[in-house]
Amino acid sequence: MIDRDEVLHVARLARLALSEDELEPMARELSAVLDHIAKISELSLEDVPPTSHVVELTGALRPDEPRASFPREVALEQAPAVGGDGFLVPSPQA
Amino acid sequence: MSEDTTALSGGQAASGGPGSNGAGPALEPVIGLEIHVQLATKTKMFCGCELSFGEPPNTRTCAVCLGLPGSLPVANAKAVHFGLMIGLALGSELAPRSIFHRKNYFYPDLPKGYQISQFDEPLCLGGRLGDVRIHRVHLEEDAAKLIHEGESGRIHGSDTSVVDFNRGGTPLAEIVTEPDIRTAEQASEWLKLLRVTLRQLGVSDVNMEEGSLRCDANISLRPTGTEELGVKTELKNMNSFRFIERGIKAEIERQRKLIEGGGEVTQETLHYDPASGAISSLRSKEEAHDYRYFPEPDLLPVAIDEQMLAAARDAMSELPAERAARFEAELGLSADSAQQLAFRSELGDYFEGALAADVDPPAPAQALANWVSGDLLARLGDGEDPAASRVEPSALAALVGLVAAKQISVGAGRQVLDKLVAEGGDPRAIVEAEGLAAIGSGDELGEIVAAALAANPDAAERVRSGNAKAIGPIVGAVMRETKGRADGGEVTRLVNEQLGI
Amino acid sequence: MSSDVLELSAAQAIAAIDAGDLSAHELFAFYRERAQADSDANGDGLNCFTWVAEGAPSATAGPLAGVPLAVKDLFCTEGVPSQSGSRILEGYRPPYTATSVAKLKDAGATLLAKTNQDEFAMGSSTENSAYGPTLNPWDRTRVPGGSSGGSAAAVAAGLAPWALGTDTGGSIRQPAALCGIVGLKPTYGAVSRYGMIAFASSLDQAGPLTRDVTDAALIFERMVGQDPCDATSLQFPEPIAKPTAERLDGIRLGVPAELRAPAGDFADAELEPGVRDAFERALKLAEGLGASVQEISLPHAPHALSAYYVLAPSEASSNLARFDGVRYGMRAPDATDLLDMYTRTRHDGFGTEVKRRIMLGTYALSSGYYDAYYGSAQRVRTKIAEDFKTAFDSVDLIVTPTSANVAFGLGEKTANPWSMYLSDYFTVPMSLAGIPAISIPCGLAAPGGADARQSSGDASDAQQSSGDASRGEGGLPVGLQIAGPAFSENRLLDAAYAFEQALGFAEGAARV
Repeated sequence: MIDRDEVLHVARLARLALSEDELEPMARELSAVLDHIAKISELSLEDVPPTSHVVELTGALRPDEPRASFPREVALEQAPAVGGDGFLVPSPQA
Repeated sequence: MSEDTTALSGGQAASGGPGSNGAGPALEPVIGLEIHVQLATKTKMFCGCELSFGEPPNTRTCAVCLGLPGSLPVANAKAVHFGLMIGLALGSELAPRSIFHRKNYFYPDLPKGYQISQFDEPLCLGGRLGDVRIHRVHLEEDAAKLIHEGESGRIHGSDTSVVDFNRGGTPLAEIVTEPDIRTAEQASEWLKLLRVTLRQLGVSDVNMEEGSLRCDANISLRPTGTEELGVKTELKNMNSFRFIERGIKAEIERQRKLIEGGGEVTQETLHYDPASGAISSLRSKEEAHDYRYFPEPDLLPVAIDEQMLAAARDAMSELPAERAARFEAELGLSADSAQQLAFRSELGDYFEGALAADVDPPAPAQALANWVSGDLLARLGDGEDPAASRVEPSALAALVGLVAAKQISVGAGRQVLDKLVAEGGDPRAIVEAEGLAAIGSGDELGEIVAAALAANPDAAERVRSGNAKAIGPIVGAVMRETKGRADGGEVTRLVNEQLGI
Repeated sequence: MSSDVLELSAAQAIAAIDAGDLSAHELFAFYRERAQADSDANGDGLNCFTWVAEGAPSATAGPLAGVPLAVKDLFCTEGVPSQSGSRILEGYRPPYTATSVAKLKDAGATLLAKTNQDEFAMGSSTENSAYGPTLNPWDRTRVPGGSSGGSAAAVAAGLAPWALGTDTGGSIRQPAALCGIVGLKPTYGAVSRYGMIAFASSLDQAGPLTRDVTDAALIFERMVGQDPCDATSLQFPEPIAKPTAERLDGIRLGVPAELRAPAGDFADAELEPGVRDAFERALKLAEGLGASVQEISLPHAPHALSAYYVLAPSEASSNLARFDGVRYGMRAPDATDLLDMYTRTRHDGFGTEVKRRIMLGTYALSSGYYDAYYGSAQRVRTKIAEDFKTAFDSVDLIVTPTSANVAFGLGEKTANPWSMYLSDYFTVPMSLAGIPAISIPCGLAAPGGADARQSSGDASDAQQSSGDASRGEGGLPVGLQIAGPAFSENRLLDAAYAFEQALGFAEGAARV
């Protein structure tokens, strides 16, 4: 139901590396689950509104009042790599 | 993309409209704009961090805008308020209920791995500004800043980058137009109108250099007179009106050459380099462009009630386009004057203040408009606010009234203005003190004219025989004698009278 | 001290502390030692904890009077590891504390330990933890359920007086059932989610795992309330009361036909005979207490599991995107470029089940599949909520078994994901509808096909059916789930209390 290429595509979207050994089991397991799940797409539900929020309310908004920010040390505390005053990452290739 | 070069072989007859090289019908550009406006709230869109204006990196962050595990967004009421004002100003339909969506993709400047935005239920739909229709307006959060080591400001050619999350989470309004724009100039002009409108509303600094106003353009070409849209490209990262105009022009040309050469436009994202004028492809952040939008479960729908609408309406003042129209219709100003004064609120305010002053003789509206946007601004500096100068609006009105009634000459008027700019004061008093009253009709001027004619017989003769331009030295002599206080028109009239023309 | 203290429920401990018969300090030290012993026992312990407090906390006053609380790993606790059972957050110490935990601390509870869980709350057995499985104190070859397995086992084993868990599709209720204790999933929105490392935002709820119903009410009372940091949180419309009901007179109980005897595609969710017997006996008991029992229908309930396994992984795939190695947590070393950093970090940091669900969710949301999967699931959700609303027109509360089976063996369901997902069959409908549900112990049953060791018969006999079972020998715990309309927690707790008094379940049987 979901083939190897689709698995690779989805893995790319999700930024998940999958080794060769992992690809086949993943495809198999996802297909098995999707087999069960896919049945809901066969139900006739055209006139049913989708539920996005189970809470039947609209949102109270936050007043535009400042709250204290973290000191920089706290923000950077758990960073795997720090450069100067910020979070160091490999550059996105453009 | 292959290019069919055989179409341009020599035997082909030239045909087609302007701008084409004979390889098909005339093409018209179809341009839509996507504008991001940073809103002038105190805090970010979904958390209470204060907005940053050049603060040291990573000093305006919290659990929410850093995307720490367990953090949750809460929407800023002021941002919604500003969004409503924008919708009202653009004549949009305000959605009674709108929701936030997650736009999912990976990039280091996106801490949660998704941007909270709006998708198919945005805050505002439709509207119009000037001659361009609005498609929609929605709210979203800004990404953080990626600082590239290596060449400053450019992605190419660096190994590591540093992320500064100060900007991340800043509230943005995204305004998308319909593809109603047909030229690069029109795009630039319309964007300026949008800018003054938003500035007038007070919802944003709308400063392109600082990044509070960002504009991308969607550009395609189609045969003139057809309805179907061609393949469009997206031109990004142009950060001045001039660059936008030049960039759009360049892209139109590029597409035109491509199509007329038999090629096809590929849908892609492009970058315009103002230094070289070159257009290059930007590798997209999310190659598959599959953002997997779904409704944001952490935020409830935004419902607009009467109170919020009333608050937005109350906060609106007359918008530039409306003001310009009023100046033309009710005050009889020329279109250009009306626009000049209406599109800078401080000029318009000053002008109307002067117009309202009770002066005798009265200052005509157009004359006053000319003095405000001409001589006054020239002396103060083009970007200055006249209200901050020493020239009281009533003083300028009095001055313009005096000139209009020919009680002082234009030249004398300028001298008075110099004085007003330097020291303030009252024009009448300055005229008296400096002896600048016009020498108008009456014997005094007639005698001086006669003397000038006598002193310049050759010029007088040339004028008598029909060479009107020869009057120069005679007028000059009169002006010198009267120290500029003579009214030029009156001098010419007397000269002609005395010469019997 | 020892065994007397161990016998005290949290409510009883508070009373003792208030009366001056017990000091909070001693109580904390007592439990801290037991918790530490479990952690130190390595292979011989139950592996309930990912962190244990090192010393005594500062003095605490308040309605919860210094009673130590074990808290599931995914609750952010400032300065204390909060890993959500994952390698990708190993050692992560948040700079803030979850609102629900802060409220309990303000009320006097003290942080005893962080408990083990399935990674990112994805699982029904705690076998998906990156820190090893937790064992069921009733039978150490079996699972305690999940994802709040560490919390449930700790309470059942007497290693913590009470604990916090989270429930997304059954993760409080099912482990409570498998460990023979009480577990409450509140109305969605009743408790703030701020500071809970998210799994599925529209479903996650924090709740108590306790020895008895009174303790559950006591903790729940302190947890509820609107939080300005959580836009989806609500003000609970009435105060939470201490439950006192001894009978169920006038209460109409509904048993959904679809959840009593799963059939067709969901025949695999069929009840174990022992569970079915315990459930039917509980219904008889209810009638003996004055309730009326009728069969109702929740026509879309059989599809709830499928809808859940679209919605939850979809939200999770998005919630877990922030684990990218940039700002915190694990980062794969020596990344060659950004893409490599992302993909290897997430490959190395996430376990198999988490990866599976991220893939499932990403697929369900992806272009071309959204309508068929996510769109359909949202619509099924609407129908399920409607089904419950309709049902509550004719009954006050709905009862089902919490789980089709008693605790299963370690490794028994790990080979087939769907067989593990079926563990949630009875609990996900309530999660989708956002309504509250509680699981209470209602007896023991032998696993698989054998009959439970107890007399059959009428309601009075049922009262003898439990209690004397020592660990595992007389059977394993069976849970009874009671669900009610939104904000009906007081009614739920009262009904649960009445059952509890009548059943006399000796929850202390599994104490270490």
